[in-house]
Amino acid sequence: MTTDTAPALGGRRAALPRLVSDYGVYAAVLVLLAYNAVFTPYFLDAGNLRTQLVQAAPIVIVALGMALVIGSEGIDLSVGSVMALAAAVIPLYLGFGMWPAVLMALLAGIAAGLFNGTLVAVVGLQPIVATLALLVAGRGLALVFAGGQLKQLHNPELLALGDGELAGVPVIVLAAAGLTLATAILVGRTTYGRQLVAVGGNRPAAVLAGLPVRRILITAYVLCGLFAAVAGVFATARLTASDPSAIGNLAELSAITAVVVGGTPLTGGRVRVLGTVAGAMLMQLVRATLIKHDLPDSAAQMAQAAIILVAVYVARERRTR
Amino acid sequence: MSDPATILDARGVTKRFPGVLALDHVDLTLTPGRVHALVGENGAGKSTLIKILSGAYHADSGEIVHAGRPVSFARPLDARAAGISTIYQEVNLIPLMSVARNLFLGREPRRLGLIDLRRMNREAAAVLDRYGVHVDVTRPLGTIGLGARQMVALARAVAEDARLLIMDEPTSSLEPREVETLFTVVESLTAKGMAVLYVSHRLEELYRLCETVTVLRDGRVVHTGPLAELDRLTLVAHMLGRELDQVRQEGTTRFGEHRDHTGNPPVMEARGLTKRHVLRGVGLTVRAGEVTGLGGLLGAGRSETAKAVVGALPLDSGTVTVGGRRLRRLSPATAIRAGMALLPEDRKAEGIVPDLSVRENILLAALPRLSRFGFVSRRRQERIVATFTKRLRIKAASPEQKVGELSGGNQQKVLLARWLCLNPRLLLLDEPTRGIDVGAKAEVQALIDELAADGLAVVLISSDLEELVEGADRIVVLRAGAVVAELDGDDVGEHAVMAALAEAEPREEDDRDD
Repeated sequence: MTTDTAPALGGRRAALPRLVSDYGVYAAVLVLLAYNAVFTPYFLDAGNLRTQLVQAAPIVIVALGMALVIGSEGIDLSVGSVMALAAAVIPLYLGFGMWPAVLMALLAGIAAGLFNGTLVAVVGLQPIVATLALLVAGRGLALVFAGGQLKQLHNPELLALGDGELAGVPVIVLAAAGLTLATAILVGRTTYGRQLVAVGGNRPAAVLAGLPVRRILITAYVLCGLFAAVAGVFATARLTASDPSAIGNLAELSAITAVVVGGTPLTGGRVRVLGTVAGAMLMQLVRATLIKHDLPDSAAQMAQAAIILVAVYVARERRTR
Repeated sequence: MSDPATILDARGVTKRFPGVLALDHVDLTLTPGRVHALVGENGAGKSTLIKILSGAYHADSGEIVHAGRPVSFARPLDARAAGISTIYQEVNLIPLMSVARNLFLGREPRRLGLIDLRRMNREAAAVLDRYGVHVDVTRPLGTIGLGARQMVALARAVAEDARLLIMDEPTSSLEPREVETLFTVVESLTAKGMAVLYVSHRLEELYRLCETVTVLRDGRVVHTGPLAELDRLTLVAHMLGRELDQVRQEGTTRFGEHRDHTGNPPVMEARGLTKRHVLRGVGLTVRAGEVTGLGGLLGAGRSETAKAVVGALPLDSGTVTVGGRRLRRLSPATAIRAGMALLPEDRKAEGIVPDLSVRENILLAALPRLSRFGFVSRRRQERIVATFTKRLRIKAASPEQKVGELSGGNQQKVLLARWLCLNPRLLLLDEPTRGIDVGAKAEVQALIDELAADGLAVVLISSDLEELVEGADRIVVLRAGAVVAELDGDDVGEHAVMAALAEAEPREEDDRDD
């Protein structure tokens, strides 16, 4: 059916939910910061803020890649396992130095992304099923690489990735900021980014417009795998150990949460990079706030669940406009 | 209240959707033992009517008298319980369950409270045997042929004691032999007093099977009565909304004079486009500066032909030659590189990307050729967009407005701009003026003329016969996936097109190679 909606009319009716969906996450972050500034002692301490940023950084990095995949109307459940895979690869090559080890870890992430992307774009599996395979197999493979054991790492260069800083800013926070900027440019300014959003927004239209849909999708999963591997490397460095059974556990859920809370619809066609970062920060702040007020971690989890519900509900409102 | 000889009597059924009056006081009377045909073109309201009769939709007003009692079905289950069974185009069975389980779904034979599998399978096999279906009933339904699935649906409807059977294009994916079996079954059912409402576009089948017919157009009944008294040409005229005796001399569309272009070299030649159940060896030649119309009733394969040419419909066989060079691998990307562009029929599903801006929608296909190292200069984009917004008079608040917020006519113009900025040699337009307002319609029609005058080759598909006849220099008429007539020059006229549509169908067996 063709319904000609006058722009003003459709716009006004959807205005409030859209505002909440687009900017609600920033408002929520500001409210939490303000609350803590007043009621939580020492919250605005440089040391505490730094801790918050450092803790949120790996999830930010994973969520950026996830946002690309979700924007393409897909999802990647394997990111946590890819983090573990990257962690497991590091000690195997650390003998050659830090860079070769990191490079191999990143290659593992790229390979995982290629695998996922091929299953989705070429074989035509549903993303949730395709990446479920690697969610299970990836961690298994990581445990095989690691011989099922935690390995303490002593390479100072690698450990510097975890606790080092540049001009007073932790390396991991710089990395997250750099990747955020790169992703924002990729999505907003490059041909690839716009094509990715078009594929997610209307795939049949993208096919008819002659876009290389397969290549676009595979690239999205490769980037997602790469970002997850980067996060895996940093997580390993911070832990000062390669622990494939623990690293990246439930990271896929945190990442998806950050993306959704940040205003990227699960139905694709839109990628909100800064929103995703804010989404990750919001979840981090919620947890920190509750813990600082001596509420148990379980309460924090329930609060997070409530936020996810609100985010999804608001997004739904916008969709059914 | 109602004639005891009617099983179902619908009176003044009206249904409104946002912006559209789908059914406008529709009357329909069905009689036991008769097959009643329901025909109409796209948007006539057939599906809406079927959905109301089967309880999937609720009529806004009007009355449905079923077996002498006024009824109002709240959900499909109520209609089923009342003895109305509907077999949809996409068969509504469960592909992963066995044939027998599908047949007995909800009424499985039980033994000690559990399903008596052995009895169920035995009875299922016996039932299907009677319908000429010989398959292993323990196999998942999805693994048997479409024809056999159609029979399972039919058998299930009968087993549920249905007294009225609604069949929505039951033969669209059947082999000729399966069609015969289906007809035999339907005939035996009506002999037992069942009423059948039969929806199809195949005139051959209608005249073979149906006694009465109701023609819908734009939500209204335009004709109802015995089919035998209606010749094919008149039936087609009713469906298309053209009165035979008063085909207008002067048109109301914005198209100019017809021109002859037979001297021009062909821009595109398609040969033997074939896809099972869809296209049967369609050939099409298009010349520069010429508008070639594709005529045909719903389901004749017009959109499919256009899609096949641009590689958006995988083919079993067939070739497409552009500018003398044969395209090796048909895909939308190669077609676009060769200079072809398709404006799809379904603007929302296959055309616009609603959340992207007007600018990005216009440049969607052109982006790769504009970009340097993966980036596109914003100024360059804006220049192209400004050119086309002006030329096509696209009304948007700004180039950054989301396309989903524009009116249908402006969305269509954005899509036209998407293809025109590629500077194509051949433009295929599938229903370019459907669902857009009168002003935009005239603009699009004038644009088509202008483009052809500039030397572009155009393929025009339109269900609006007047638009087709006045817009096209030449018309290729399709029926059941095959070309049945080509009209040139003075032959191009509404009467000639309708005559071609109404002709007896070519014998299918001769053309099929299976």
